[in-house]
Amino acid sequence: MQALDDLTILDLSQHIAGPYATRLLADFGADVIKVEPPGGDVARQLGPFQGGEPHPEKSGTFFYLNCNKRSVVLDLKTAAGRDALRVLAANADLVVESFAPGTLERLGIGYEFFRGINPALPLISISNFGQTGPYRDYKLNDLTLYAFAGEMYSMGETDREPVKMAGTAALFESGAASAVAMMGAIFSSKRHGIGQHVDISLAETHFGGVDRRHATAIAFQFSGRKTLRLASHGGGMPGGIYPCADGYVDFTNGGLYPDRVADMLNYPEWMDDPRYSDPFQRMDPAVIEEWNGNFIGWCIERTKREVWDEARRAKVLCGPMFTMDDLFTDTHFRDRGFWAKASHPALGEVEFPGRPLIMQRGGWELRRAAPLLGEHTAQVLSAAGLDAAAIAAASGGAA
Amino acid sequence: MSPKPLEGIRVIDLCVVWAGPFGTMLLGDLGAEVIKPENPFVFQPMTRGAMARPPQALADNSIAWAGGVPGGNIGDRPWDYSPTFVSLYRNKKSFTVDIRRPEGLDVLKRLVAASDIVYENNATGTMEKLGVTYDWLKAANPKIIFIRVPAYGSTGPYSQARALGVHLEAVMGHSLLRGYSDADPSSNTAIYSGDYLAGAQGAFAAMAAIWHRDRTGEGQLIEIGQAENAAAMFTQAIMDYSLNGNVQGAITNRDVLGRAVQGVYPAKSPGTAATMDDRWVAISIEGDDEWSAFAAAIGNPAWASDPRFATSDARLANHDEIDARIAEYTATQDDYELMHRLQAVGIAATPVLEASRMFDDPHLRTRDFFRTQTQRSSGTYEYVGPLWQLPETPVEFYQPPVMFGEHNEYVYREVLKVSDDEYQSLLAGGHIADAYDPSVP
Repeated sequence: MQALDDLTILDLSQHIAGPYATRLLADFGADVIKVEPPGGDVARQLGPFQGGEPHPEKSGTFFYLNCNKRSVVLDLKTAAGRDALRVLAANADLVVESFAPGTLERLGIGYEFFRGINPALPLISISNFGQTGPYRDYKLNDLTLYAFAGEMYSMGETDREPVKMAGTAALFESGAASAVAMMGAIFSSKRHGIGQHVDISLAETHFGGVDRRHATAIAFQFSGRKTLRLASHGGGMPGGIYPCADGYVDFTNGGLYPDRVADMLNYPEWMDDPRYSDPFQRMDPAVIEEWNGNFIGWCIERTKREVWDEARRAKVLCGPMFTMDDLFTDTHFRDRGFWAKASHPALGEVEFPGRPLIMQRGGWELRRAAPLLGEHTAQVLSAAGLDAAAIAAASGGAA
Repeated sequence: MSPKPLEGIRVIDLCVVWAGPFGTMLLGDLGAEVIKPENPFVFQPMTRGAMARPPQALADNSIAWAGGVPGGNIGDRPWDYSPTFVSLYRNKKSFTVDIRRPEGLDVLKRLVAASDIVYENNATGTMEKLGVTYDWLKAANPKIIFIRVPAYGSTGPYSQARALGVHLEAVMGHSLLRGYSDADPSSNTAIYSGDYLAGAQGAFAAMAAIWHRDRTGEGQLIEIGQAENAAAMFTQAIMDYSLNGNVQGAITNRDVLGRAVQGVYPAKSPGTAATMDDRWVAISIEGDDEWSAFAAAIGNPAWASDPRFATSDARLANHDEIDARIAEYTATQDDYELMHRLQAVGIAATPVLEASRMFDDPHLRTRDFFRTQTQRSSGTYEYVGPLWQLPETPVEFYQPPVMFGEHNEYVYREVLKVSDDEYQSLLAGGHIADAYDPSVP
């Protein structure tokens, strides 16, 4: 068994944050019924595509987000589509959606619709700025989410524009936070019989986020101080990002443990300079710079893996900056079973990061690759008691 | 009042730094009772600050999010109000015990017997050295759920590596995928986005394990290899390599999915970056309709109708030139005013909000996002609110950022029901304290 295999999630969400959250539930066993409009989840239009050409069944982003789910096409603009939704909702433990606020109500399938079916059934709405407030209808994407609500302001060089994270990292973070709220809503529903309409604002999932955003805010409230945008995080012995023979390595707080650093470097002669051991001179930027001049010399003679080997041995905080090539060929992750493989009708055999975490009991399983659009429409709707004509009507003929 | 989602669930927080405490905070927000055992003789770095008793100069010279203490004054109890600490320790309780000593470890064991979850993210080997292994926990409580967050997992050659978020993100590719496309990656500011992801998923896993326990009667061990967990955030780069063999690199603020035009542009600023008064606006324009709407919203300048910018592909090919044109325009514009004007025509645009400005934002005010909390050590301040709104089981900030040892009476007397004799003996032994021992720097 899997931990969540007694739960059924009716998932109307699209794009990245909602589907990432429901993928986590699906990974641990929940039956996630992904309801797509006849044209499919917009994530099917997001690259990277296999071969570079856009194709609704060849999006790597969609694939990653939707493994372990079943896809049902419903045209919610039709009465037949909404009737089918009602039948599915009657058997669901949670409903998730990410339409623009007000859309469900316009279609006649707002929270009242679901509450009428089952008063304890929670509805999770994920939107850009929440269901209320002056920015309710404003748009947001990964860049603007991080710019407005995340800690972008202090990222980058002081004299240049602030710079974002990679990919759509901010949306994935919001998705992970949403999965927590989903479990909370399920607990309230199943343990206490409480249904509710949960309002998740992507922006709010970042204003309170752990990656310095909350801390920069409260530091200002405390002290009136603001956080400067500052490149690198250098100034240590060692501290910051250094070039090495085949790339870069990142060190933090080396100066806190000078004995470990000396051990890592195998005690080179230049480390004997008394200024490097004197606690006051060690704070002098000129001394730090000179020390780093020597240290770069040590790094440059070694590959990033060699530098990291020495840092790990000496327990120094360090990370080599891997490319995707480095990551895919790395034996540590490969031997740990980090990579999963799934067979997909359009993509063939696909390798991707499998388990997000390891549960000893009831944990992650790969039950199926990401579904083709409407792959399970007939299967799910006929199991719910719809006949062929009703299925065809509900799915806009897509089945 | 409605019960909270996690009413009745008790969590022992043996966490450090950020990733673990973020996870337990989310559990506390949902109503779990989160109890943090703290050692008066051992300071956990980067949890209640950098040092127990930092010199004033250290606070003054640290970046604001680390050194911005109340009133700028390091005061008597710096461990109670480090900015990174207070932002992760609402809705938690603190009691003190030295678990390096047998009588202290026995206290922990009794607490484990009365708890559901033990959550830790210490450097590899720390728990083993203390004797707090899964087997030891199971002996105290067969149904215990033990959540561990090792940087690279508990097995394999990297299992012993020391790491903060920034290092494991370097390994998973983030450091080469973010930053300026035209600058050396050594300019990258340190980032800890993986702490967010692992923290949220730790809370998720805790609830999945409780759900499983309630169905089967079984507890379990959960391992969140933080590096592996962080990989999800780089899905586009990973899948591009997997499907096409492409090795992606840094793209500054452009769209990883190739949609143009997107960037961060200067706005009218009341000051400079040095005083943190520079302003920027992030704009993302997708497709021809949005491009036309954007052009109209900024007054249809002649350059916007240049045929070289007419299609998405053309805009992508001439992105640098468009960026320069847009920047020239935005530099004279108020960031908020421009957001409203562009959003009115359906374009994703926002200020790059410096943190202090969130407190003036009308949308967040309308949604009653902020919460006022009073902590005895630091006073009354307005904090950022919860990550989600659950109207029938609202997230309440029932406990302000917890002071060191604030719940000694509660934990020893009410939870563990120790005798007066044992209480006095633990007090005399220095286990029970409301401050770090003077020997701790």
